[in-house]
Amino acid sequence: MQTFEMSQLSSLRRAHRRDRILRHSLRLLGSITGLLVLLITLFVLQEAWPALQNLGFIRFWTDGSWHPLEGSFGLMPMVLGSGLIALGATAIATPLGLLSALFCQCYGPPLLVVPYRRLLELLAGIPSVVYGFWGLVVLVPQINRLHPPGQSLLAGTLILSLMILPTVALLAIASLAQIPSSYWQGAAALSLSRWTTLTRIILPSARSGLFTAVVLATGRALGETMAVLMVCGNVVQVPSSVFDPVRSLTANIALEMAYATGDHRAVLFVSGLVLLAIVAGLVVMAEGISNQGMSSESVIVHER
Amino acid sequence: MSISQRPGLTVTALDRLLGFAMAATVIAVGLGFCWILGAIVAQGLGQISLAFLLAEPSNAGREGGIAPMLVSTLLILGVCLAIALPLGLGTALLLAEFTITDQRLGRLVRRSLDFLAGVPSIVFGLFGNAFFSQVLGLGFSILSGGLTLACMVLPLLIRTTEEGLRAVPPSYRQGAAALGLSQTTTLFKIILPAAVPGLIAGLVLGMGRALAETAALIFTSGYVDRFPRSLMDSGRALSIHIFDLSMNIPGGDARAAASALVLLTLLLLLNLLAGALAQRWANSS
Repeated sequence: MQTFEMSQLSSLRRAHRRDRILRHSLRLLGSITGLLVLLITLFVLQEAWPALQNLGFIRFWTDGSWHPLEGSFGLMPMVLGSGLIALGATAIATPLGLLSALFCQCYGPPLLVVPYRRLLELLAGIPSVVYGFWGLVVLVPQINRLHPPGQSLLAGTLILSLMILPTVALLAIASLAQIPSSYWQGAAALSLSRWTTLTRIILPSARSGLFTAVVLATGRALGETMAVLMVCGNVVQVPSSVFDPVRSLTANIALEMAYATGDHRAVLFVSGLVLLAIVAGLVVMAEGISNQGMSSESVIVHER
Repeated sequence: MSISQRPGLTVTALDRLLGFAMAATVIAVGLGFCWILGAIVAQGLGQISLAFLLAEPSNAGREGGIAPMLVSTLLILGVCLAIALPLGLGTALLLAEFTITDQRLGRLVRRSLDFLAGVPSIVFGLFGNAFFSQVLGLGFSILSGGLTLACMVLPLLIRTTEEGLRAVPPSYRQGAAALGLSQTTTLFKIILPAAVPGLIAGLVLGMGRALAETAALIFTSGYVDRFPRSLMDSGRALSIHIFDLSMNIPGGDARAAASALVLLTLLLLLNLLAGALAQRWANSS
């Protein structure tokens, strides 16, 4: 009898110890993941530090041109290039993505919605280098026929808008799916038209999720490298029309990292740091928007 | 009468416009997809043969095959998964199952994952080059590339795995607690087996992301297009091969299209396999 209790006790103790080991190892793994962000930021900062110290942060914006080998480090044209491409792509992808989401979540016949959703998922899974390749061999020659040289701001914007469209659409579908069906039923009971239902009820109540979708898609567009590198022509200049070639910050890193040394290399890490800062800003923005949405949603629940 | 009807009229017009815009969008996106796929199949299919898959490239890739790239790609993927899987699964378990005891750590980890998910792949490349290649002295190697990719796929892997774990009904945990099972037993014998479809989904999404990646690999695993001799050797991933052929090698387009087709096929097979596995698991349990 006593031996039975003893063995029971020791097995309990063993289980308890195993649980503790499990908990601690999971904490360790989680902490490593959490520290990764810090590690990445610190290393990019450390590599960028010589340039920040030798040149100062201001010079990247005031230097007139980008001639790193002659000591002229103006990042402005490339920041502008990145911004224009990302803004253009977001401007095209947002309406198309929202319409796609409305089709999938609200109005499309189920027979078409299932394959269309699958298609959006496939579109999201196509590697960026394949988009870039297609842009280079199919889209750029078409634009070239319209207005040479073809490799241009326009080509980059079009490719990127196709690339981020699934991001907008799939996130928008997820946020439309959270709208309570009673809203639809209420609108139908009032015999509101589709347009009024959408603009007065559905879109306002899904607002925060939709904004988050657009912000995250913009972030993806800003960070995209391969497709932009392959179709934009990579000339460092402030474009005067959509047919002018441009170079983005990301493409600049990819192009010059191979041979950059000293200050030049450090400046490339500075542009990495700029990208990190923009992403951090967008993430904070997305978080702020979704928190705001949550608090306004809780107000609605409270009112009901 | 006419005044009261007018708003009704404009509203129907707007409704019709909305329907038209949706239809146009769906058709345009569908056509765009077909255009991309069609162009790549049309240019690439004629090039693909068993020899293409099994031969080494020659004449800078204009001739020969892609066997070394396939091997390098698989090795990079293997390194990436070997690191990312335990780290990702552990973190997902912490986030999904220890929400009460480790709330603060969980919130911190979640926030840093949100940030990590938005970091551009080229910045991962910069970091990998500075940290793995130079500070850790791995140089341009498959190991360095795989480790960089592991950092990159973690957020996606963790989010999907965590969702899979959360989909396990709470009654399973309550039942296990009522039976007096230890946390470890509950986790390994009950929660994890029930969460397998979610884990597979996470694994497949992570693998897909890693296979598709190019920018993070240029400065970590390198360009060398022969068979890698060890994990410390440089190896060219399939995606980099496509990039190099189309950008730097005149007359490499046909082979680039063929390589792109192989990459797309791999991704598609991976997706189908995952769907089939999840289906089978759902049926058997």
